[in-house]
Amino acid sequence: MPSSNAVHNLDRRFGSPSIQRLPATTPSAPLPVEATTPWRRRNRWSRLLSASRPLLRRPGFMLAALVVAFALLAALAPGVLSGFDPNATAPLAKLTAPNATHWFGTDELGRDLYTRVIHGASLSIQAALLAVGLALLGGLSLGVLSGFAGGRVDALIMRVIDVLLALPGLLLALAIVTAIGFGTLPVALAVGVGIIPGFARTTRAEVLRVKTLPYVEAARLGGASWLQTLWRHILPNAWGPVAVLATLDFGAAILATAGLSFLGFGAAPPAPEWGTLIATGRHFLITAPWVALLPGAFVVAVVFSLNHLARTLEEIKR
Amino acid sequence: MNALIEVHNLGIAYRQGAQHTQAVTDVSFSLAQGETLAIVGESGSGKTTVANAILGLLPDSAVLTAGRLVVAGQDLSQASERVKRQLRGRTIGLVPQDPMVSLNPTQRIGVQIAEALVLARGGRYRGVDNDVGELLAQVGLDNPTLRARQYPHELSGGMRQRVLIAIALAGNPRLIIADEPTSALDVTVQQRILDHLEGLVRERGISLLIITHDLGVAADRADRVLVMKSGTLVEHGTPQQVLAKPTQPYTRALIAAAPAFAEPRAPRTAAAPGQRPLLALTAVNKHYRLPRVRGQADRFQALADVSFKVCAGQTLGIVGESGSGKSTALRIALGLEKADSGRIEFAEQDVTDFGWRQFRPLRRRMQLVQQNPFAALDPRLSIFDSIVEPLVSFGLARGAELDRAARELIERVHLPAHFLDRLPRELSGGQRQRVAIARALALQPDLLLLDEPVSALDVSVQRQILDLLDELQRELGIAYVIVSHDLAVIANVADEVLVMRQGRIVDQGPTAQLFNHPGNAYTQALLDAVPGKRQRALA
Repeated sequence: MPSSNAVHNLDRRFGSPSIQRLPATTPSAPLPVEATTPWRRRNRWSRLLSASRPLLRRPGFMLAALVVAFALLAALAPGVLSGFDPNATAPLAKLTAPNATHWFGTDELGRDLYTRVIHGASLSIQAALLAVGLALLGGLSLGVLSGFAGGRVDALIMRVIDVLLALPGLLLALAIVTAIGFGTLPVALAVGVGIIPGFARTTRAEVLRVKTLPYVEAARLGGASWLQTLWRHILPNAWGPVAVLATLDFGAAILATAGLSFLGFGAAPPAPEWGTLIATGRHFLITAPWVALLPGAFVVAVVFSLNHLARTLEEIKR
Repeated sequence: MNALIEVHNLGIAYRQGAQHTQAVTDVSFSLAQGETLAIVGESGSGKTTVANAILGLLPDSAVLTAGRLVVAGQDLSQASERVKRQLRGRTIGLVPQDPMVSLNPTQRIGVQIAEALVLARGGRYRGVDNDVGELLAQVGLDNPTLRARQYPHELSGGMRQRVLIAIALAGNPRLIIADEPTSALDVTVQQRILDHLEGLVRERGISLLIITHDLGVAADRADRVLVMKSGTLVEHGTPQQVLAKPTQPYTRALIAAAPAFAEPRAPRTAAAPGQRPLLALTAVNKHYRLPRVRGQADRFQALADVSFKVCAGQTLGIVGESGSGKSTALRIALGLEKADSGRIEFAEQDVTDFGWRQFRPLRRRMQLVQQNPFAALDPRLSIFDSIVEPLVSFGLARGAELDRAARELIERVHLPAHFLDRLPRELSGGQRQRVAIARALALQPDLLLLDEPVSALDVSVQRQILDLLDELQRELGIAYVIVSHDLAVIANVADEVLVMRQGRIVDQGPTAQLFNHPGNAYTQALLDAVPGKRQRALA
């Protein structure tokens, strides 16, 4: 009787008190299981790879991923993508239309616009990444705490979140930037605080949903502590919509950063920043439309790609 | 007289990308006016696809690959959507499967029935309200004027099913298709609804097409029975023919699998009289507070003075309709809920006031198998991770040892070892239930509590799971508490049975005694309501 042997051995290894349950007829027979099935656990990467394969076949997804990758590369290593100096002026070549040397044309001081857009990525994208990271951290912890603790803690946190939701995001960001000054970090902080409520709300809703599911109860009955359950079951299952929201808000954060700069609350003029580029370009909208439109188009492309990624991820979830 | 429905060599396929999956192959049957036909089969047998084809409601991905489908003289295989819409409601009425989700929750009952009436008449007319009331009265709802003004959530499942029947009747159809009309309902409610539907259909000379997985329902209600298996017709005849002389092995397997027709379990040696019970509940009470509604009680008594005990190696079955408190009893035994009063003892310890920490060591000896195998496994964890989770939580094994434990457990529940790499969504319901059982066995408990372990599964799969449970009990000597609304399941596995109603134990005793000589009127009613009377009469 192979199977009863198996259980007997199992009993022995765990030293369970139930060992006497089975008659120990053949105490040390080898497990037949090991001999017949050479099963080995599949590793996590191979599963991830097979899950992402259908994604790679979507041209739209691939294009969006390329645009985002390009923007990220521009933020990290702008020198790779352009040989010009973003601040080198050339008064003779001011406001040239796009051509083979100057892909996006030049601005009113003759600076290469393409190079300035590339270099501008670092501030916008760094600020957006910081903002989303901050919002994720704050929103996730607030949401998990609120969904998990429930009762008064939940009520208190949610009322604070309601107040934050009631304030227009841009107004809040303007107030924060005015209070603590310009720069990447303040801008990120200002934008990040504005999007915390969305993350907190989404996380809380997901945690509340997952918390009551049978498998969470099964894990608890299997002896897992709340912290283990939270880590192993609730967070991974609540994570999906939050990740989608993060991708979506990454785009929104880029727009918000650019918006702040456009209004003059971001980077100071000589520094290339997407919002600043558009802001200065709008003076020449009639005579040299590319100065405002091409950086604008680039921002639109990046944000649109991020939205598309978010949507695709959301569809995959279903 | 012409047949109302004629189906000739029907073939339907679903295409997905370049792939064609043949769902229905070469199915032929006809249905005359006033006749009742039942199509029986397991999930995936194509019975709902046939019903949808008759209604002209196949999804876009479905293609008619062969054959003809004639409904009331119209050939549906080439018909336009307009023609199909003419047929729906006026010629064919549908009673859908799940009464809980088939009504619009934001509209009053009356409005929804009126909508069907108006559509059938082709426009608004005077006296719609009267007709609504009349329909509601016909389907057996008390106080029609009140019901018409209520919302779906204010009605019970049985009442909602009656409303759905009223909607199906609104167009005065010649045929009603009932797709698993009562599988979501308790047996006694099921019986009343089916009796009523049968009466209405007889009275008006309507044809009835019942789609069901329950051979008992089909045999009791239909003039003719069709048995389908993986898209083909395997058996066709009157219930007597099909049940008494099944020609196909599949039909025989289906009859044998249906728990209603299996032999009650042979009585085993009862627990020794002096033996201490493993789990004992004594005079447990539990109530829930309800939201305040004027004119209604603000307390709901879930359990009233409930006592029972289970001895090692024995099986206790708890039967009752939904809301009878049987699941609450399990949750209290597990320490998931606190009782208002009474005592709970497990393994000779009084666990009534145990907190989570105190209870934790006992979890290794008492485990739960949940009702719904589709939600009981974390969709993101592989089967391996799910099965060994309790071992990891208790820190009992790691590394290669864990691999070995997982392999042994999955062999125990008769699944191949490579299933350990799969995700829950890649498994069928029965396979998932096996995984859930394997997980519950990981800690080698002395007592397993099973909450409706098979109610979400097909009959033949039910049989396999019940056999597995029986085998595990024989080999490991585990005690079970099985909660079910299905008397047939309980009759098969339990040594002792508890009948619950509205939070009270109304009957209690050894299985054979209780089933053969029920002492209580309610138990008798429950037994009578189990479908499959014709079949038992034949047996």
